Order: sequence, then structure tokens, then C-alpha cells
Amino acid sequence: MSVATAKVLPGRARSRGAVRSPGGALGLGVATLWLSVIVLLPLAAVVVASLDGGLGAFWHAVSGRQAVAALRFTIVVSLVVATANAVMGTLIAWVLVRDPFPGRRIVNAVIDLPFALPTIVAGITLLALYGPTSPIGVNVAFTQASVAFALLFVTLPFGVRAVQPVLLELDREMEHAAASLGASATATFRRIVLPNLVPAILSGAALSFARAVGEFGSVVLISGNKPFDTQVTSVFVFKQVESDNATGAAAVAVVLLAVSLAVLLGLRVIERWGSRHDR
Amino acid sequence: MTARPSGRLALRLVALGYLALILLVPVAVVLVRTFEPGLGEVRASITTPAAIHAFWLTIELAAIAVPLNTAFGIVTALVLVRGEVRGKRVLEALIDLPFAVSPVVVGLALVLLYGRVGWFGPWLAEHGIQIVFSVPGMVLATIFVTLPFVVREVAPVLREVGDDQEQAAATLGASAWQTFRRITLPAIRWGVAYGVVLSTARAIGEFGAVSVVSGKISGETVTLPLLVEQRFTNFDLAGAYAASALLALIALATLLAMTVLHRRGDAA
Repeated sequence: MSVATAKVLPGRARSRGAVRSPGGALGLGVATLWLSVIVLLPLAAVVVASLDGGLGAFWHAVSGRQAVAALRFTIVVSLVVATANAVMGTLIAWVLVRDPFPGRRIVNAVIDLPFALPTIVAGITLLALYGPTSPIGVNVAFTQASVAFALLFVTLPFGVRAVQPVLLELDREMEHAAASLGASATATFRRIVLPNLVPAILSGAALSFARAVGEFGSVVLISGNKPFDTQVTSVFVFKQVESDNATGAAAVAVVLLAVSLAVLLGLRVIERWGSRHDR
Repeated sequence: MTARPSGRLALRLVALGYLALILLVPVAVVLVRTFEPGLGEVRASITTPAAIHAFWLTIELAAIAVPLNTAFGIVTALVLVRGEVRGKRVLEALIDLPFAVSPVVVGLALVLLYGRVGWFGPWLAEHGIQIVFSVPGMVLATIFVTLPFVVREVAPVLREVGDDQEQAAATLGASAWQTFRRITLPAIRWGVAYGVVLSTARAIGEFGAVSVVSGKISGETVTLPLLVEQRFTNFDLAGAYAASALLALIALATLLAMTVLHRRGDAA
């Protein structure tokens, strides 16, 4: 109806935008100013600082052996975590949507726990169970596996919450048709359900990856921060800031920023692709 | 789909087992460890002057950042959904940026802007204003990391409710402010509330960004999450667990609020 009104009265629709201040140019100005002061200006300072010593210094900082090792480990472990979330997130979403077991609503609420729990508490928590004082005798503290554990903890909701709504909306007709034509449960899932979920799964994986690449609080204690082994990029940057090497820190931070931005951009493409799939 | 009962059960067990392994058992272990030395010990370690100061500082950061971002979030959501101005595409693309930036980079950025050698450093020093390694810097860090939550929650709700009622109100002679207060705001209230809960949780729990700009001056710039780390690295494990348990309690309250608000929002 609103579309029809706008078509009949194009002049009024335009003036409405101008009159209602929050939605108009004033609102845009306020929003842009706030975003610029809080977010864009500080990030610009990082980019500028990374180039303080020229391109040569930038390259020197980024290609240092320790920086490269940290970046490589961060990206590899984040890819592993994103893949694990794609699989487990889909599985958990499936169970939550299609398997009406008792206590499902509680489990559904618990999924968001990592969003609510401070990251440093997540780190302490995992260290209590999988650290030196582990009550079950599993001590993986200060290993690469412990970093993966911490990242799996903090990124868990992304995979589940990306897939769950799509699965809820999915039309069951096709699945019933496939089943009535003799397709097995696995075949129906693989050929009917999965193709519909792919954009959502990818978007969940991308969000997990972006979060994992920059994660700090949950890994800072459990990783033990061993250079060339368990040191992740965010902790490396933190150490550089602490030792007053702001330029070096900024250079590596810019690489980290570029990786997250690339993922964010990829996510937009996935989302567009997903919505095209809908039509 | 009619999966075999055995297959369904297996999937359920895998899902629940994974959740237990990654989420629930660790949290349970920390709670058990916390209360092992007895309730009195726990109370003593979260009522030390340092702990009490950390608690109130944490609340202060959230109390400044969340209202500012709520106001900004509502305005931005209105611009993105209802606005008919050029440039909103760019705004839309940039709004999620804080989610993609590592907390450490946020802290570093603030140091580079307001720190001793930062862009505004000399000017600030001349006027005797300290931002980095004091509370204002921590406030800025908290605002940065919580910026997108309200926008992200309110924009979809605005899109869904449509603007029929707003147009009707405008036609009947309501002013822009009246329309917003009497029509738009009630329609988006659950979305706003959900965004506020998410921002508050993040503001209270933020560690990385605040850690870089705090300077960790005991009794001055230490928040609860920073206190957890400080106690842990000082081998005060029981103290770290007690502060963690306090934060976990806040997280559980948040979770409860999220669940309730979600149900209300769906019902409305």
C-alpha cells in the first residue's frame, strides 16, 4: 500500500523525507558525523601511522618473521574454526528446528551464551576445564588446539544463528515430495535442503572467520602467547603497542583490518547471492 | 523430512554433546571452582575496594556508551530504512565496521589519535586533558565496539512494520516528532530493547579495546574484565574466578533478558 501511495503522490513522498528530520538529510548528517568521530577517524589514524616510516618500514614490519608466523597461524586457525562452525552450526540448527526434544528452548537460549559472556571469562572458563588444573585430566593449555577451542567457544552462535532462520522458513513441500518419490533421508538433505542453506552457511562461516581473526580476550590467557607457535595476530599487535612500537603495531593491524574487510565484503556478495536465490 | 528415529537421536546427541563440551561444562567448572572455597571467601574477594571500584567503573562505561549508541542507533536505522537521501548506501556499508575490527586495533587506533604522540596528543597535553590511559579513552573504546548493535536490531523491525501508520499520522496532521513518538517508537520498542541488552552485555564484558587504553591503574582504570585478567596473572586464581562468576551472573541475566525480549518481540 505504501508503494502505491508513493507512486500516486511522488511529490508528497519526496517532501515527506525532507520534513521528517530523523530520516532526512539531518539524520544522515548526525549518523555520519557520529560514525566518523567514533570509528572512521581512529581507523584512519591507524592507516596513516602504519605508513609513518614509508612503504619500506611498513613492509619491514609486516614481513618480520614473528609477524608472518602470527598472521599465518591466525588465518589458518580461523579457517579451521569457520569450517567447524559451518558443519556444527548447521547440525545444531537442524536439531533445534527439526527435532522437538524436551528442553529444546533452554538449549536454544544457551546458544547465545558466548555473546553474553565476557571474552576474558570465556578464556578463564576454558582454562579451568582444559588447563593445567583440569578436573578431567585434559591439559591443552598453551597449545594451538587451545586457541582453536577458545575461538570455537566465542564464534559458536554465528554458525547456528545464520542457518536457523533459513531452516525455519524452508518450505517442507519439496522434502515431502522427495521422500514420497523414494529419496532417503540423507539424499533429501543433500539434494534438497543443503542447496537452500548454502548461502546462510557461508555467511555464518564468514562471520565466524571475521570474529576469529580479530579475537583477543578469550585467547590471550589460554594461548600462552608463544611466538612462532600459539601467538595470534591480535596478541602480537597488543605486545607491540605495549613495547611502544606503534608503527609496527599499526602496520600489522592494517593487514588484520584488510583481511576482515575482505571478509565483510565477501559477506555482502554472499548475502546478495542468497537473496537472488530467494526469487 | 522423516528421518529415522535412530539417526535423529544420533544428531541430537552430537549437537548436545558438542554444546556441553564447548559451552556448558567449562562454565559449570568455573562456577564450581569459584564456590569451592566457600561463599564467605567469594564475598570477600568481590567486595575488596578494588573490586567494588572495578564494578562501578564497568557500570559507568556502559551507562555512558549505551544511551549514546541507542540514540545514534535509532536515528541511523531511520535514515537507512526510511530515508530518501543519497549517501545512505555508504553509511549502510560502514555501519558494521566495528564488528570487523579486532578489539586490539580499536585500542591502538585510540592511542594513535589521542595518545602522547597521537594526532591530537600535543593539543590535549597542552590543555591538560588526558584521554588515553584514563576513563575517557575507555568510554570511547566502549562506544566504538558497541556502536552497531542497536542499528542492527532496529533496522529490520522498521522495515517489517512498514510506514503505513506513519503516513496516516502525517496525513492527519501529526508533526514529525509526534509521529515518531506516538507511532514509530512504540512499534520498534522491542527491537530497541533487544539492541540495548546486546550493547550493555558487550559494554560490560569488553576486554581487548578497553585493555589497550586503560593503562590498568589499580583502583582507577580497571574494569571487572580487566580485574579478572589482573588477578589471574597475579596468581590470585580464586579472586579471578570470583570476579568471573560475577560477570557470568550478569551474562546469565542478559541471556534471560534476551530470551524474554525475543519472545515479546515475536508476539508483538
